[in-house]
Amino acid sequence: MFYRENGQFKTSYVADQQIFTIAQDKWFVYGLIAFAALVVPMLADEYMFRAILIPFLVLSLAALGVNLLVGYCGQITLGAGAFMAIGAYAAYNFMVRIDGMPLILAMLLGGVAAAGFGILFGIPSLRVRGLYLAVATLAAQFLCDWAFLRIGWFTNYSSSGSVSVGTLEAFGWVINSPVEKYLFCLAFVVVFAIIGKNLTRAAIGRQWMAIRDMDVAAEVIGIRPMFAKLSAFAVSSFFVGVAGALWGFVHLGSWEPAAFSVDRSFQLLFMVIIGGMGSIMGSFFGAAFIVILPIFLNQFLPFLGNLVGVSISTAGVSHAEIIIFGSLIIFFLIVEPHGLARLWSIAKQKLRLWPFPH
Amino acid sequence: MKFRTLALAAAIASVGLSSAVFPSAAQAQAQEQFFPVLVYRTGAYAANGNPWANGYVDYLKLVNAQGGVNGVKLSYEECEFGYATDRGVECYERLKGKGATVIQPLSTGVTFALTDKAPVDKIPLITAGYGRSESQDGSVFTWNYPLLGSYWVGADVAVQHIGKLMGGLDKLKGKKIALVYHDSPFGKEPIPLLEERAKMHGFDLQLLPVAHPGVEQKATWLQIRRERPDYVLLWGWGVMNSTAIKEAQATGFSRDKMLGIWWAGAEPDVKDVGDGAKGYSALALQHGAEPDSKVVKDMLAMVHDKGQGTGPKDEVGSVLYMRGLISAMLGVEGVRQAQERFGKGKVVTGEQMRWGLENLNLDQAKLDGMGFAGVMRPIQTSCTDHMGSSWVRVHTWDGAKWAFSSDWYQADDKVLRPMVLDAASKYAAEKGIQRRTAEQCKE
Amino acid sequence: MAFFIETLLGGLMSGMLYSLVALGFVLIFKASGVFNFAQGAMVLVAALAMARFSEWANAALGGDSLFLANLIGIVGAGAVMFVVAWGIERFVLRKLVNQEGATLLMVTLGIAYVLEGLGQSFFGSEIYSINVGMPKEPVIMFEGLFEGGVLINKEDFIAAALAAVLVGSLTVFFQKTAIGRALRAVADDHQAAQSVGIPLNKTWVVVWCVAGLVALVAGIIWGSKLGVQFSLVTVALRALPVVILGGLTSVPGAIVGGLIIGVGEKLSEVYIGPMVGGGIEIWFAYVMALIVLLFRPQGLFGEKIINRV
Repeated sequence: MFYRENGQFKTSYVADQQIFTIAQDKWFVYGLIAFAALVVPMLADEYMFRAILIPFLVLSLAALGVNLLVGYCGQITLGAGAFMAIGAYAAYNFMVRIDGMPLILAMLLGGVAAAGFGILFGIPSLRVRGLYLAVATLAAQFLCDWAFLRIGWFTNYSSSGSVSVGTLEAFGWVINSPVEKYLFCLAFVVVFAIIGKNLTRAAIGRQWMAIRDMDVAAEVIGIRPMFAKLSAFAVSSFFVGVAGALWGFVHLGSWEPAAFSVDRSFQLLFMVIIGGMGSIMGSFFGAAFIVILPIFLNQFLPFLGNLVGVSISTAGVSHAEIIIFGSLIIFFLIVEPHGLARLWSIAKQKLRLWPFPH
Repeated sequence: MKFRTLALAAAIASVGLSSAVFPSAAQAQAQEQFFPVLVYRTGAYAANGNPWANGYVDYLKLVNAQGGVNGVKLSYEECEFGYATDRGVECYERLKGKGATVIQPLSTGVTFALTDKAPVDKIPLITAGYGRSESQDGSVFTWNYPLLGSYWVGADVAVQHIGKLMGGLDKLKGKKIALVYHDSPFGKEPIPLLEERAKMHGFDLQLLPVAHPGVEQKATWLQIRRERPDYVLLWGWGVMNSTAIKEAQATGFSRDKMLGIWWAGAEPDVKDVGDGAKGYSALALQHGAEPDSKVVKDMLAMVHDKGQGTGPKDEVGSVLYMRGLISAMLGVEGVRQAQERFGKGKVVTGEQMRWGLENLNLDQAKLDGMGFAGVMRPIQTSCTDHMGSSWVRVHTWDGAKWAFSSDWYQADDKVLRPMVLDAASKYAAEKGIQRRTAEQCKE
Repeated sequence: MAFFIETLLGGLMSGMLYSLVALGFVLIFKASGVFNFAQGAMVLVAALAMARFSEWANAALGGDSLFLANLIGIVGAGAVMFVVAWGIERFVLRKLVNQEGATLLMVTLGIAYVLEGLGQSFFGSEIYSINVGMPKEPVIMFEGLFEGGVLINKEDFIAAALAAVLVGSLTVFFQKTAIGRALRAVADDHQAAQSVGIPLNKTWVVVWCVAGLVALVAGIIWGSKLGVQFSLVTVALRALPVVILGGLTSVPGAIVGGLIIGVGEKLSEVYIGPMVGGGIEIWFAYVMALIVLLFRPQGLFGEKIINRV
């Protein structure tokens, strides 16, 4: 009833090529960003910010980066954790070794470093595809895990191998309280989501999609597979690297290589597939699912147990948590193999016709 | 079908959001001292995390059964984090909101992550027998309390012990000592001190890292077989320890020539190796397995016999159970000490708790009174020394139980102190922290 | 020289153990096109079931007969693996026929979570031991040939022999029996197999069962070596380069790949590791697999991937 596009006429190409062609969509997204930037800081408490919202934002940025590669270019990667690590450690080194390095520039340079390594580790994709490629990218993961543990230069010769950052400051703004950290991450995520969305609508994104759908056919119509694949690796690693820098600097504050282990890589791939491959929105859904669900189950199960008068042991809760988590993953993949984003678009489709579907 | 699933997804999402907004469990009541308990009862390190957690919780139950701390009852909540740093930080944030006044993470990774948060949140961090070694320097690390001993203490005593077995520290010259360590901040902590000691005595230190979780050590022990070191130091945790002992057996390396850190010297590490582990020694963080101590008997009588025990009964008194119990005791004594100054029978805040820990003074009479006679030595902290005691002894597995096999050792302050000061000053410079003056210490 | 031989043998033995896990991957991938990340969790569940059933049986029998207790353990664990295989087919795979590889991969990760949770809540999360009477002490051989002799681990030898027997019998099973042929037919082409009357669902249950039994053997051997605990799931990550190197669809590939990876990583760790600080074996294995992939993108023995426009 409310969600329909009748009467919204486009009179120019510019209007036809907007990100959100339907006015309701546009206002919904504006509203969401305004809500996240203005209302959430007033509602949420410190726990929400530190344990849920900040990890959610940072990991959705990382998932977005992975989605560009996996969902748009069709190259499965299990090395995303490594690129987060490269972003974080590179940014750390830029901060430590260059006096007066601005925080944001260091983070972006961390992303650039990750992009460089992304191109390097993307080279096998020119010959190897599918699951073989997924496992090949694990080589990057384990190599990075090892390098950051073993090569002292990366950690500024910290004896324990753990690095930590001092106060965060950008444009004279000291980012200290959880609210400030949240807003800082939010700004990054919004900017990068817009860049990501536009990249996928531009020529380069179309090349990626052509490669994904059928690389031989794409080559026949004049798309250079090498450029398309490596650019996808570079852009994706850049996003992931920036997310890694945010994760280290803003969320953790001090970290060791285990923060970016192979589990993180699996987690990011999960987010993309559960959320929806080839969908910017899906990355956010996926991140929400993976970040919030385990924490929610962990708190909700004892509560539920209390309601029915059973006290569940901590180990029991934690086992139940992973069983339910695993079952939900299976359940969602069975009912909608294309991810939560597809459910979202189906909902929109129904809403268009509602309440008169026939 | 699609609609039903959609509705379901929406329902799950909304419930998830609402529970996240309103943390489910009730806030701790104001009249109880709240103890957050970070545990890992699942995952790769569960076998070692379980007894520690049981001991910790049991001691809180015991204090309650004895009437609390000057009448203040203790409440607690467990939070499972599976030895993963990010889940540990989430647990900390969750329990912090429920009135935590002290935190004991039992993970060096989480300790590193929380060291920067503790001063902001005003919650002291007790890391009994683990954590950052330089945090012993209380004038820089105001909120860290590596009570009883740090890894540098462990490394120092290990070298002393090996030296003694070889007939004096001067006999170490030209000898080879291999360090088999868990490839993480935990395993790397002792390296600076061992390198310092290697320079002093002229022994050759070999570093052999083992990747998490430590089930693949064949190549490590092949190298040991080739190099034939005179002694192997084992700096492991969880399954890495039993795997190392098994590989030592498989490559024929004498278990008599192995010495573990106190986290590699408990029942889960040797139990399933059985006879193969006979002769294996490990440092004991003062206490060993103490089934005959008075506190254990009290525990059995007042908690376990009433059906209130957390874990299985036969675990009470085992090494890691005692470690958890003593960790909890140190926290509780911090509360008691704080109450001395800020009012008996009152719930203390995080800042008051910090004062209590900094002025902890458990002399022999107090320890005996609590049933810790023979279990541990007196401990006294101060503004500059947050460790309070650096006594260690060694115990050996005889195939069925751990038995003490050495006298008491004390870490050499001449070696330790300069390194602690150096590292702490470096940290202070990095973070822009001013060392507390003697004046500020008195506050 | 003696030490080189020791390292080589050690590598071959670990390689054989990797192949056992890799075999599980290959079996399932051949028959259902699923890259089964739950193989590690299956090893864990099988080993946990075996350890606990034999422990309980031993207690019930009063500790008289270790052999009988172990037998009960193996039968019980086999039954558990059958239930797991049936459940996976009935509740998961049947509903996901014809989905993309990535989706199926994610589903197996979901299955891995469920199995880890169920396994630990039924059987506990402590360290348990499997005692099948493996000799633990090493022997020194060829003392006349080399100075100090060559240290040989009997346990490893028995394990490797068991693995070899398993591979041999699997080969016979696939080549000679009717079920084996049906499995191969399904692997080649689902639709064609179905059209000649091979029941897809039943075949899948069988292949997951076989993979479950392979996991049980791997679980017993690894469990007897390392103790049964959660970290067994990580052996799956060690076996991944093996399958990639050998080829996802080749049983001999899993064996040869395992041996190459095992030898490669031990030699690299022992001879190159000390120069760069050690701990290189895990990424070295992956890099080896990667280099092979650059020359043969389908692995050493895999079927050639042909793309049609």
